[in-house]
Formats: sequence, structure tokens, C-alpha cells
Amino acid sequence: MLEAKGLTKHFGGLVAVADVSFSVPEGKIVALIGPNGAGKTTLFAIIAGFTQPDAGRVMFLGQDITFMAPHRICALGLVRTYQIVQPFGALTVRENIAVGAHLRLKSRKAALAFAEEVARQVGMGDVLDRAAAVLTVAGRKRLELARALATRPKLLLLDEVMAGLNPTEVEEIVQVIRAIRDSGVTILLIEHVMQAVMSLADHAYVLNQGRIIAEGHPHAVAEMPHVIEAYLGHGAAARLRARAGGAA
Amino acid sequence: MTARTAFAVIAFAAALIAPFVVHSDFWMGFLITTLLYAYMGMAWNVLGGYAGQVSFGHAIFFGTGAYTSTILHISFGLNPWLGMVAAAVAAGLVGALIGYLSFRYGLRGSYFALITLAFAEVFRILANSFEFTGGGVGLYVPLKIGWWNLQFPSKTGFYYLALALTCLSLAIGAWLENSRFGASLMAIRENESAAEALGVNAFACKLKAIILSGAMMGVGGTFYAQHYLYIDPTIAYGPGVSVEVLLVPIIGGLGTMLGPLLGSAVLHGAGELARRLMGDVPGLDLVFYGVLLIVMVRFLPEGVIGLLRRRHKPGAAHA
Amino acid sequence: MLELTILLPALINGLTLGAVYALVALGLTLIYGVLHIINFAHGSLLMAALYGVFFLNTGLGIDPYAAIVVMVPALFAAGYVLQRSVIGKASHGKDQNVLLVTLGIAIVIENLALALFSADTRTIDTPYAFEMVDLGIAFVPLPRVIAFIAALAVTAVLWFIIARTDLGRAIRAVAKERQGARLVGIDVDHIFAMSFGIGTACLGAAACLLLPTFYVSPGVGHVFVLIAFTVVVLGGMGSFVGALVGGFIIGVTESLGGLLLGESLGQIGIFLIFIAILLLRPTGLFGSRLS
Repeated sequence: MLEAKGLTKHFGGLVAVADVSFSVPEGKIVALIGPNGAGKTTLFAIIAGFTQPDAGRVMFLGQDITFMAPHRICALGLVRTYQIVQPFGALTVRENIAVGAHLRLKSRKAALAFAEEVARQVGMGDVLDRAAAVLTVAGRKRLELARALATRPKLLLLDEVMAGLNPTEVEEIVQVIRAIRDSGVTILLIEHVMQAVMSLADHAYVLNQGRIIAEGHPHAVAEMPHVIEAYLGHGAAARLRARAGGAA
Repeated sequence: MTARTAFAVIAFAAALIAPFVVHSDFWMGFLITTLLYAYMGMAWNVLGGYAGQVSFGHAIFFGTGAYTSTILHISFGLNPWLGMVAAAVAAGLVGALIGYLSFRYGLRGSYFALITLAFAEVFRILANSFEFTGGGVGLYVPLKIGWWNLQFPSKTGFYYLALALTCLSLAIGAWLENSRFGASLMAIRENESAAEALGVNAFACKLKAIILSGAMMGVGGTFYAQHYLYIDPTIAYGPGVSVEVLLVPIIGGLGTMLGPLLGSAVLHGAGELARRLMGDVPGLDLVFYGVLLIVMVRFLPEGVIGLLRRRHKPGAAHA
Repeated sequence: MLELTILLPALINGLTLGAVYALVALGLTLIYGVLHIINFAHGSLLMAALYGVFFLNTGLGIDPYAAIVVMVPALFAAGYVLQRSVIGKASHGKDQNVLLVTLGIAIVIENLALALFSADTRTIDTPYAFEMVDLGIAFVPLPRVIAFIAALAVTAVLWFIIARTDLGRAIRAVAKERQGARLVGIDVDHIFAMSFGIGTACLGAAACLLLPTFYVSPGVGHVFVLIAFTVVVLGGMGSFVGALVGGFIIGVTESLGGLLLGESLGQIGIFLIFIAILLLRPTGLFGSRLS
């Protein structure tokens, strides 16, 4: 469904993304994991059309979307959320979601009605008329998700929707995401919360310093020594092994 | 809802019969100014209030409208009603030009405000320097009274025209609040890149907003020229109009349907009161406008309408 | 083609004019660099300062250059109080509100002057107003030469304050990272007000240097405000050297534009530069020094 080939992006002398290729098959949940500053969010920005890569191509549903404007990519059915949530603060929850709904629905009435439907789907049915600015962090994350969902995407890009949530809230949103996948939406997610990736993702790519260093099933990936080192520092894998051995 | 509808009907009826009750030319003039600025305040509001692109140079559209209809009338004998249409087109085109340049190059916030001001200044200098605009002397609209000539024999005609324009502006406000276009503009105002991520074509929407806003101001310019029968570069392109059309929606309530009307009523009513109390010293009313602007931003950023809403719905403040 | 004998004096005239613009723009660029706000009241504060110099001269017989001793502290105090008691409070931390509040202040000051002093244009008489300095290639009015040197001096003083003093270090810290500066114990509101005060203090100096060859009227601020913005945007918001060089470029543009296109059309070049810079290179020629 989504295919990225050789994506490269420099910021000044800094390489944010280097020759990254990956693919997201239809109907799956694919995770992009890696330590802070690995280039995950830059990659999202490139895919969604907010940043132009220096090299490489992004194909979506067989169409080259590399240099397409964000709103056109969205119209094709690829929508992103933001790690740092970006609610339309002065608008109500319903109006926020309706902005997404308007992509497919011209009528205001229909968009507002569909917004309500989506809000219930993500568990926001009781805060529809509240201003987005007064929502809690968890509420804003849900709103971010709901707005994106209201565009009726084929592929949903989720940028750390679980960061900053407590374990109960994480569990709730994991259920919501699973339900979204089951309704036929393909999902590519960036996530720090490994517990969530383990239980959700069918496939994971590990990004470190702009490069993909591993891929596979999340459980397999999490045990690879060089992945552990990327996360915890040089020698960490050996230390963990030693500690595990000592305990045994 | 019914109470609100009833209030609207009563207000509209009162507006319709006002000329039969108000006989003084002074107060008719006052009402005309208030309505004209309610209309032009909405023009600014489309771009500045709903779309969040604050302009400091809206006189550029006003002046372009005023000069377009007046020059076409003087030089080619074009009927001013048609001139009004031409004014809307010309001002809309100027809007398209400024919007295309500014938005294509990603100007936002203060930078957009500055560039609109600079454009207005360029036009003022140009109007000052060319012969067909009458230079610094300005242009007189030839006196040919008759409604077909957009020169009414009494204030009443201008009053009804201004009332019609105000109603049009309210309809535009209502449309913005209940349409995809309006929702897109508000989303852009709140967060442009988030709006784009949700499929909003921010560039196209902002461009449409500035064209609509400009065209509306252009019509206001023709109205002014036909009413006062005289324009010069300072009236047309000077900061006076730019500031006043921005004050009106800010005082009334940014990005709201009734804000400009309320704001214009408060601004001109209070301005008149200040003149009565402090005497007609030039500049004193504007001092008052300036203080009002600061006080509004400081204490009532949602405008008069925010105050009314807070009164009526005590729960709305924290909702 | 134009004769060198006309071109050179126009060039020098432009440079001295540019020095005055630079003086006005220096304060504006400092305020922008630290507070990241566009101070719309800058022109009207200059106008108020010009009236101050005018009345000190006509009322008390104080020489405009001597008036610097009074005007610089007076404008500093005015700026400090204005930022601390009005702008800072009314803006609620939103840049757009600052723009509107400073616009409101500009309207108030400008029209207060109109109500109090009428729209008359006023000038002062000084014994040296028409004294000329022979630069070899052209004669330049003495006050213009003084203003030129003063602009360089004020730039140096500002640079010294920002780069070498404790206050300057605090200002730079606030300009770069408000929240961080607050955390390490810097009184951010105080530093904002200090920066605003220093920025307007420059106007006190500019007014004293300007009045001997210029005039004052309620609308005079308007003449300068857009030009000062142009200079600041051209030089790069927050850059002192940029303001100085920008001032010279704009001064020369206006002088040569006036020569080629006539007085009224000449100014158009400034605004076209302004528009072009905003569109093509909003960081200006020198980028931002403070932030």
C-alpha cells in the first residue's frame, strides 16, 4: 500500500534520514520504532508531504506522492497525526473532527453528524461540545486520532499517540487502534511505548540515526542485540545478557 | 433560538422603519456610517477574524474600489452601479495579487500585517503621483442625483443601501459559520499545518478569503465615493480606513457573525459620545478609539459578543 | 547619463539620511530581537520625542544636542513603563495582540498630539542649521554629519551593552530562551521592559539629532515607521549592524529614487524593497543576531 524507497533528508550538515526504504502492506499495523532523534518524525513529515526529501520516492497505492502537497495526499487517503497534538483550540471537539470530515463531505450538517459518529468511535461522545483547548492530554490525543479518522483514510500515520498517557489510557487507546485496523484502515505508527508496539504491530522497523537497522516481528526485533544497543547505549546488550545469565 | 429569531426580526423591522423616525441628517449620517463599517468590518473579518490573517492595509481594497468606479464613471461614463461591480472585481484582483504573493511565500502573522500595510502605502504613493487619479488633489464625483446613478436625493437611499450591504455581510457571516469553506478558514486560523494534514488546501482557502474580503471592501469604496462624492489618496489608501475596519470586528468579536455589527455600533456610538463630552477637538475621537483597542485586547479579547455570551450562558465560560 | 557631480552629493545625502533611519531602526530591531514583537508605536514615540526636543528648545532654550541628556532617560523611562504596565499585560503572550496593542498606543499618541498641538508643522532655529561641511566632493549640512557619526556611536554603544555587560547577557538569554532564562532566576518581565526601554531610548537620541534639520508634526511618526520597519527587515530583525547597513541602503535608495523619479514617487522604491525582502528573504541580509 505504502512504499518508501531510498528516502534521504539533510538539515544543513545533519543527516536526519539516510536511504530509508520500507513498505506497509494493506490491512496491517506497522510500527516504526527507534530512540529519540532517530528521524522518525522527519520520515512522517516526508510521507505526508510536509517536507521534501533530498532523494528517494514515496509510492502510495501505486501513485508517486513524493512531491505532492499535504492536502492532496490526504485526499488520496493518507493522513497523519502529530506527536505534539495540534488541536484547533477555539473550536469544539465536534467542530474539530468536522474539519476532517469535510474532506469527504461538503455539507456542514453531514460533516457534523459524521464527526459525532467518529467521536463516539474513539470514546469522545460525552465531550462533543467542549472547546478543544480545555481537553486533557489523553483527550487531545484522542481528538487528534478522531480528526484523522474523520477523513476516512486508507492509511493512518500515528505519531506517538500514546506518549504521556498512563497505563489505563494506553490500554484504552490500544483497543481503539485495533478497532480502527479491524474496520479496514491500514496503520503506520511511531511509538515509544514498547508494550503497545508488542501488542499491536504486525511488523516493526527500527530506525537509528536516520537509518533502518532492523526489521521483523516486534518480538524478534526487540531481542536483536544491536537494537538494544541503539536504545540503551554501547555494551548494553552484553550487560543485559550477563545480568540475565547471573540471575539464572 | 426562538427568542433570538424574534429579536432578529424586531431589530430588522426597527432598521427598516428607522428613516421614518429619524429625521435629522446628522443621525442618518451616523447610522449610515455605522452600517457601512459594520459591512466593511465583516469584509476584514472574513480574512482577519475567520481565517486569522490580520491585515493592516485593508484600505488598499477600499481605495481601489473607490478609484475604480469613480475613474470609470468620470472617464468612460460607466454607470456607478456597474462601477460598483467593477470595483468589486478590481479590488478582488488586487486581493488575489497580494494574497498570491504573500501566501505563496508563506508570510504569516506580523509579516502579513506589515506587507499589507506596505502595499497600501505603495498604492497611496501611486495615487498621489498619477494624473488619472487626480494626484494629491483627488477626484470629485460629478453630481448627477438619481437612484439609477447611485446618488440618492436624501440620506434615506444611502441608508437602505448600507442596510442591504450589512444584511449581505451578515449572510456571509452565517454562511461562513455553516459551511465547509468557513470551517476550513477557522481551522487554518487555529493551526495551519494541522488543517493541511486533514486535507484543507490552506493556500487556496486563504486566497479565496482575501479575494472575497477585498471584493467586499471594494464595494464599500464605491459606496463611500458615491456618498461623499470625493476621494483622495489619503482617504482612499491612508491608514484611517485600514485601522477602523480592523477595530470594528476586534471590538465586536473576531471571527463571529454579529461581531462587526456590534463593534461598529459600539465604536461609533462611543466615539460620538466622546465627541459630545469632550468637544469636537480633532483627533480626540481617535484617541478614544486607540484606548478602546488597548482596553479590548487587555480585558475583553473576545469582544463585546464574548461579554454578552458570558452573561447569557454562565456555563459557557469554562466549556 | 547623470553627472557625477549630481550623483555624488545625492549619494552622500542618502548616506546621511540613512544614518537617521538607522538610528530610528536600531531601537526597533532591539525590541524585535528580544521580545519578538513588532512595535507599531515606534514611529509615534519618535514623534513624541521630537515634540519633547521642540518644547525643551522653544520653551527653555535648551540646545537640541544638549537635550540628549534629558530625552534619552525620559524615553527610556517611558518605554520601560509602557512595556511593563501596558503592552506586557495586554498581550496575554500572543504576538498578534502585541501588534494590536502597539497599534492602539500609536493611535493614542498620534491623536493626542493632534488634539494638543494641532496639525501644524513646527521647526526650531539653531545657529548651526545651515552650516556646511566641505567633504571635498560635496557640501553636507553640519547636523547631518553629526547625525551620521552619532548613528555609528549609538550602534557601538548598543553593541557594547548587549555583548559586554551583565544586562546584555541577561537580554541575550531572554531573547534566546524565555523559559530557560526564567528558570535560572532572570526576571524576564524586567528584562523585557529594559529592552523596550533601551529601544525607545534610542528614539530620544534620534529625536535630538533629527530636529535641527527636520520638523515635527503629529503625523511625522508615520513617515518613519514604515521606513524603520523596512530598514529592520532589510538588515535582519534583531541585528544592529544590519540596521545600520539597512539604514544606509534605504537612505541612498530614497535619495537616488527621488533624483530619478521625483520626490513623491521616489519613496516607492523603499516600499518595493520592503515587499521584496519580506517575500524573498524574510530573515534579512544579516539574519538575526540576538536570537
